Amino acid sequence: MSVVTNPVTMPATHPEAGKEDNYLTHSSGFLSWALTLDHKRIGMMYLVGVMSAFALGGVLALMIRLHLWTPNLEANQAWLLNKTYNQVFTLHGAVMVFLFIIPSIPAALGNFLLPIMLGTKDVAFPRLNLGSFYLWIAGAIFFLFSLFATGLDTGWTFYTPYSIESQGPVIAATLGVFILGFSSIFTGLNFIVTINTMRPPGMTWFRMPLFLWAVYSTSIIQVLATPVLGITMLLLAAEKLLGIGIFDSRLNGDPIAFQHFFWFYSHPAVYIMILPAMGIISELMSVHSHKGIFGYRMIAYSSVAIALFGFLVWGHHMFTSGMADVTTIVFSALTFTVSIPSAIKVFNWIGTMYQGTVSLNTPMVYALAFIFLFTIGGLTGLFLGALSTDMHLHATYFVIAHFHYVMMGGTLIAFLGGLFHWWPKMTGKMFNDFGGILSASIIFVGFNLTFLPQFVLGTRGMPRRYASYKPEFQLLHQLSTIGALMLGVGLLVALLVLLHSLFYGSKAPKNPWGGATLEWECSSPPPHDNFSSAPTVGDPYDFSKIEFDPKTGSYFKKK
Amino acid sequence: MTTAVAPSPTDHEHDAHHEHPAWLAHHFDDAEQQFDAGKLGMWIFLVTEVLFFSGMFCAYALYRNRNPEVFEFCSTFLNEKLGAINTGVLLFSSLTMAWAVRASQLKQTKTLIGMLGATLGCAAIFLGVKAVEYSHKWGLGLFPGKYYVSQVEGAPHSTVPYLWYLCIPALILLVAFVLYYVYAFVSASKFHLRVAGPLVVAASCFFGGVKLGQVLEAEESHGDSHASAGADAHGHEHSDHAGHDHAKEVSAPSVNLLGEAEVVTHDVAVSPAETNTPESNVNQKGMAGLFFSIYYCMTGVHAFHILGGMAVITWLIVKSARFEFHSKYYGPVDNVGLYWHLVDFIWIYLFPLLYLIT
Repeated sequence: MSVVTNPVTMPATHPEAGKEDNYLTHSSGFLSWALTLDHKRIGMMYLVGVMSAFALGGVLALMIRLHLWTPNLEANQAWLLNKTYNQVFTLHGAVMVFLFIIPSIPAALGNFLLPIMLGTKDVAFPRLNLGSFYLWIAGAIFFLFSLFATGLDTGWTFYTPYSIESQGPVIAATLGVFILGFSSIFTGLNFIVTINTMRPPGMTWFRMPLFLWAVYSTSIIQVLATPVLGITMLLLAAEKLLGIGIFDSRLNGDPIAFQHFFWFYSHPAVYIMILPAMGIISELMSVHSHKGIFGYRMIAYSSVAIALFGFLVWGHHMFTSGMADVTTIVFSALTFTVSIPSAIKVFNWIGTMYQGTVSLNTPMVYALAFIFLFTIGGLTGLFLGALSTDMHLHATYFVIAHFHYVMMGGTLIAFLGGLFHWWPKMTGKMFNDFGGILSASIIFVGFNLTFLPQFVLGTRGMPRRYASYKPEFQLLHQLSTIGALMLGVGLLVALLVLLHSLFYGSKAPKNPWGGATLEWECSSPPPHDNFSSAPTVGDPYDFSKIEFDPKTGSYFKKK
Repeated sequence: MTTAVAPSPTDHEHDAHHEHPAWLAHHFDDAEQQFDAGKLGMWIFLVTEVLFFSGMFCAYALYRNRNPEVFEFCSTFLNEKLGAINTGVLLFSSLTMAWAVRASQLKQTKTLIGMLGATLGCAAIFLGVKAVEYSHKWGLGLFPGKYYVSQVEGAPHSTVPYLWYLCIPALILLVAFVLYYVYAFVSASKFHLRVAGPLVVAASCFFGGVKLGQVLEAEESHGDSHASAGADAHGHEHSDHAGHDHAKEVSAPSVNLLGEAEVVTHDVAVSPAETNTPESNVNQKGMAGLFFSIYYCMTGVHAFHILGGMAVITWLIVKSARFEFHSKYYGPVDNVGLYWHLVDFIWIYLFPLLYLIT
C-alpha cells in the first residue's frame, strides 16, 4: 500500500505544490490516504492499483507471446511447459479482465471525475466507495494467491466441467472474482445514486457530460449483471467444496447452465469495459476539436441502448455449445442490433471532428487511434455474430484478435487517452506532449502488428489457447510477438512520460485543453471539496465562450 | 442551451455549510437529499439481491422442469410445519420492523428498541428452527450432491450431534451478551443496558426456536418406529399417522447396496411405474442429491442474509440507544426495514417452492 500511494503523494513534498491547498496537500500521512473518504484520493489509489494489475497482466501476455516464438512441437524443449503455458494464459485473462479492465475507467477515472464533472462535493456514499476499493484489494489478494499457488489453468471463464476437475486453486480464484464483483456493484450503485440524487441546480440530465452518461449506463450494467456472476461463482465454489452437482454432469447437473450463467454476466461485462471508454472518447473528440459534440442526445441514448441490448446477446458466446437452432438465430439477430448504437457513436465522433479545429496533442492522438482500432474490433465482431462464420471462427485466434481490438485497442487506448487528458487535472502537472504522441504512435503500430496477424491466423484455423502450432504459422506468430514487444515498449514510454511529468513537469493551468465541462473550472489539482463555491452549470459542449489566455497558458470562460 | 441556473455562492450558503448537523453528511445539501440518496441506494441494492437469488431460482426451475418427480419425492423430507412456523415468524418480524420504522419517525426510542429487539428475536427463532431442520436432515444423510445418502429403511442414523455444533456459536454469543449485560448492570450505564437487553433476549430466542423446532419435529414423527433412533427426533418421513392415503405411497427402490433392503415408503404422488425404472430412480445422488443441493443453497444463502440483517439491526439498536433517530433522520431504520422485508419476501417464495410441492 505504501508503494501504491507513493507516486501520487510526491507532489505534496514538492516545494511548489506546498503553497496551495488541494486534495493532495489537504492532509498527509499514510492513514490520510488509507482511510480517506475523498473520491479523488480513492480514484488515485484505484489508478495505481489497476495500473499495477495491468503491468502484471502485461508481463504474462509477453510470456505467452515469447513462448509462441517457436512452434514448440516438442513439448519438453519449449520455453514453457504446456502446463505452465495454460496457467500463464489463464492468469493473463483473469487478471486483465477482473483486476484491470472492469475497474479501470469507472473506478479510477470515474471516481475521480464523476463528482467534479457533476458539480458535487463527493459521491453519495463515500464510505461505501472506500469499501469498494478495499474489496478490490481483497479480491486482488485472492488472485495473487492463486497466482503463487500456481496451477490455475481453467482459462479466465472457469468453464465447467473442467473447472470442477482441475486441481488448481479454482476456489480461491472464484472467491476473488466474487469479491471483485461486489467491489464493482458498489461502485456502480454509488454512481447511479450520485447522478440521480446529487445533481446540483442547473445540472439537468441533458447537461451532463457524455462521459457521465457512459458511466451511468455502465453502472446500470454493473448493478444488474454482476450479482448473477456472484451467485455463479459461489455455486462453482460450492461445487468444488461440497460437490453439489448443479454444474456437474456426473450428478445430472448441467455444465451448459454454467455457461449461460457466466455469459449472462460476462457479455454485459464487455460493455462495462467499452462503454466508459466511449464516454472518454466523446469528451476527447469534442474538447480537442474545440467544437461542440455532434449529436449529443444520440450519443447519450446510444450508451443506454448499448447497456440494455447488452443483456440480450449472451448466447452468441455459445453457438457451438449446443443450443436450439431458433435460439441461436435469435441471439445472432440480437447481436447485430448492438452494432447500431456503436456505429452511431463512431459516426458522431467523426461528425464532431468535421470542420473542427483539431489539436493533435497526445489525448487526441489516442482518441484517433481508438476510433481506428475500435472500428476494426467492432466490425470483426459481426463476423463472429453471424452463425455460419462463427462455426468456423469459434475458438480460433480470430476471436482473440477481435476482442483484443475492442478491449485493448478500444478500452485501454481510451483509458490512456483519458489518463493523458485528465492527468494535468489529477496531478497538477503537464506532461511532455511529444513523448505522449511518441508513446501513442509506438502503441498504435505495435498493437496492429500484434493483432492483425492473429486475424489471419484465426481464419487459417489456428486454435486459441494452444501451446504449440504447425510450423507454417510461425511467421505470423513471430510478427505478432514482435508487435507485442513493441507494444510493451510503447506502454513503457507512456509510463515514463507520466512519471517524468510528476517530477519535472510544469505546473498545469486550470484549463489546459479548453474544455467546457465543470472539472476544468476548478483548480489543478482540485481542492479538497472540489468547488469553493457552487459552479455555474452550462452546456458542457459550448465552446463559443472558451478563449485562450497566453499569459497563463490556460483557457478560460468569457463572462 | 445557455448557462446559469445555479445559485451564486452567497454568505447564506456558507453558513448553511457550517450549520450541518452531525447526522447530515458533509456532502449532502439537506436532510431530504440524504434520505433520497440512501433510499435509492437501498432499492438498487435490493435489485442486486433479487438478481443474486435469481441464479438459484433459475437452477430450481431448470431442474424441476427436468425431473419433477425428484422434487415431489424430496419435498416429503421437508417438514412443512416447521416451514410454516418460520414463515409466520418472519412475517411477524416484518410487522415489528415496520413498527420500528414508525417509532423512529416519532422518536419513540423505547418502542423503537423494543421493536428492533423483537425483530432480532424473531430472526433468532427462525434460525433456531432452521438449525433443527438442517441437523435433522444431516442426521438422515440428506446431504447435497455427491454426499447424499440414499434413504433406506433400517440404515443406521448418524450419531454426530449436528444440532450441538449449530448451537455452539449461538451459545457463545449468549454467554457474551449475558456478560455484557452484567457489565452494563454493574457499571449502571443506561446506554449499555438499552443495548444489552435486546441482545440477550434475541440470543435466548435462538434456543426457543430450537426447542420449538424439536417439539414440532417430534410431533411429526410420533408413532414412527424410528422416532427413538436419535435424540433429535429423526424420521418424520416415515410418518404414518391417520389421514395418509396409502394408495399414494410408492416405493423408491434403493440403489444402496445394503442387501435386499426394504424400501422406505414415502408420501409421494408418483406412479410406481415411473419410479421403478432405473433412469428415473429418484433416491440417489444425481437426483435427490441435486434437489438437496438446491435446497441447501437457497435456504443457506437466505440464512446468511438473515444473519446479515441481524448484524445491521444490532447496529441500529446501538444507534437507537444513543437517541440518534428522529423525524428528520430515520433513513437507516427505513432502509434496513426495506432489506428485512426483502429477506422475508424471498422466504415467502422459498417456502411454497420447496416445502409445499405435494
